[in-house]
Amino acid sequence: MKPLFTVRDLEKRYGSRIGCTDVSFDLWPGEVMGIVGESGSGKSTLLSCLAGHMTPDQGQVHFDGRDVLAMSEPERRFLARTEWAFVHQNPRDGLRMAVSAGGNVGERLMAVGARHYGNIRETATDWLGRVEIASDRIDDRPSAFSGGMQQRLQIARNLVTGPRLVFMDEPTGGLDVSVQARLLDLLRGLVRKMGLSAIIVTHDLAVVRLLADRLMVMKGGRVVEQGLTDQVLDDPQHPYTQLLVSSVLQV
Amino acid sequence: MNVIEISNVSKTFTLHNQGAAVIPVMSDVSLSVAAGECVGLLGASGAGKSTLMRLLWGNYLAASGQIVIAGTDVAKAEPREILALRRDRMAYVSQFLRVVPRVPTLDVVAEPLLVTGTPEDQALDAARALLTRLRIPERLWSLSPTTFSGGEQQRVNIARGFIRQVPVMLLDEPTASLDATNRETVLSLIEEAKARGTAIVGIFHDEAARDRVCDRMIEMERFAA
Repeated sequence: MKPLFTVRDLEKRYGSRIGCTDVSFDLWPGEVMGIVGESGSGKSTLLSCLAGHMTPDQGQVHFDGRDVLAMSEPERRFLARTEWAFVHQNPRDGLRMAVSAGGNVGERLMAVGARHYGNIRETATDWLGRVEIASDRIDDRPSAFSGGMQQRLQIARNLVTGPRLVFMDEPTGGLDVSVQARLLDLLRGLVRKMGLSAIIVTHDLAVVRLLADRLMVMKGGRVVEQGLTDQVLDDPQHPYTQLLVSSVLQV
Repeated sequence: MNVIEISNVSKTFTLHNQGAAVIPVMSDVSLSVAAGECVGLLGASGAGKSTLMRLLWGNYLAASGQIVIAGTDVAKAEPREILALRRDRMAYVSQFLRVVPRVPTLDVVAEPLLVTGTPEDQALDAARALLTRLRIPERLWSLSPTTFSGGEQQRVNIARGFIRQVPVMLLDEPTASLDATNRETVLSLIEEAKARGTAIVGIFHDEAARDRVCDRMIEMERFAA
């Protein structure tokens, strides 16, 4: 087995300021990696560089042996909607609000060549079911959905084409706690059943404990600690990780 | 054949945000456990029993030494190697149940089998059988165990631990809050695991249980740092 996604010495600067620097890791098939850190730690910049939304100033990114940074724009866009997926914190950024729920899912299938209307609708219905949206809502627009439903629809839209690598930016960020738990359980099941690799950026340590196999802790644009998720959370080695873990309020 | 081989392990905690206090917990731990053998850890509260269990599970990082469990050196392994070890070769029954809130008990218990690729119906059948054996009433199976009593949660944890047959088991006070009948069931489960060749490291405050299942006792004082 080989790593699915390799990153070496990645750096992004905003003028003289560091966005992120000196980031290297290998992500293996089926592995879920969490990236945590406070606001301004560089975790979102890193995710943008990894997902191709931003061009890093230095470093290498390889996906399944292919040099992502050397790809042409059309090649990269094709990769982004076939083998990759991106789940935004705000579902409005990842959905087409003026298109029906079924259309949001079906559009992705058409983008990879599906043409048979009956099949597209059937797959879309199946996926709405998997993310626990009742099939009689298929013709409703996402604007008529609750925040939790919109987020689940965004997940269906992203996973319907069977990607191999999913980037998630605070996937449970805007949701209330009861909806969060349900979404996390759903994501866990999908990741396991589909054998997905994923990179999840969040500031919520409970989310990474449940979803991530391994954890990367960032501060000031640098990775200060990484390892097995429960080990980093229960036996943190770096002063900043210790501070982060001990600052969580207990309920 | 030794399934667990610990050599020269030491553990310290450095509290960077509390004046960089360094707390030595244990040093020079060497211990081996053979297939089918059960080793009990003895010592007062704070002697490092649970810390050693967590080191074996890969939850705590050893400061030095080797912890080879069923072919994997947990002290140096990559996260995915430790996860593979936990998935295929090792089970840990901790004192606390940590689960996703709304997941039904039956799924919580079946999960360790599902992640190894066991078909869903087989995994659920195995979960039902163990929950029945541990006397968790059937009407509770569809509910999340987060609201269960202490003893019920402990039995769910035990069912989760024993649903797979693995070469290594870590048991942290598996009989602590159980009544006599359930205690007896858990001791039988441990004896059956030993008979299959499972190497076990356990903490048992229950002396009669200890005498019945443990082949050897280790005083944690030996490893005091």
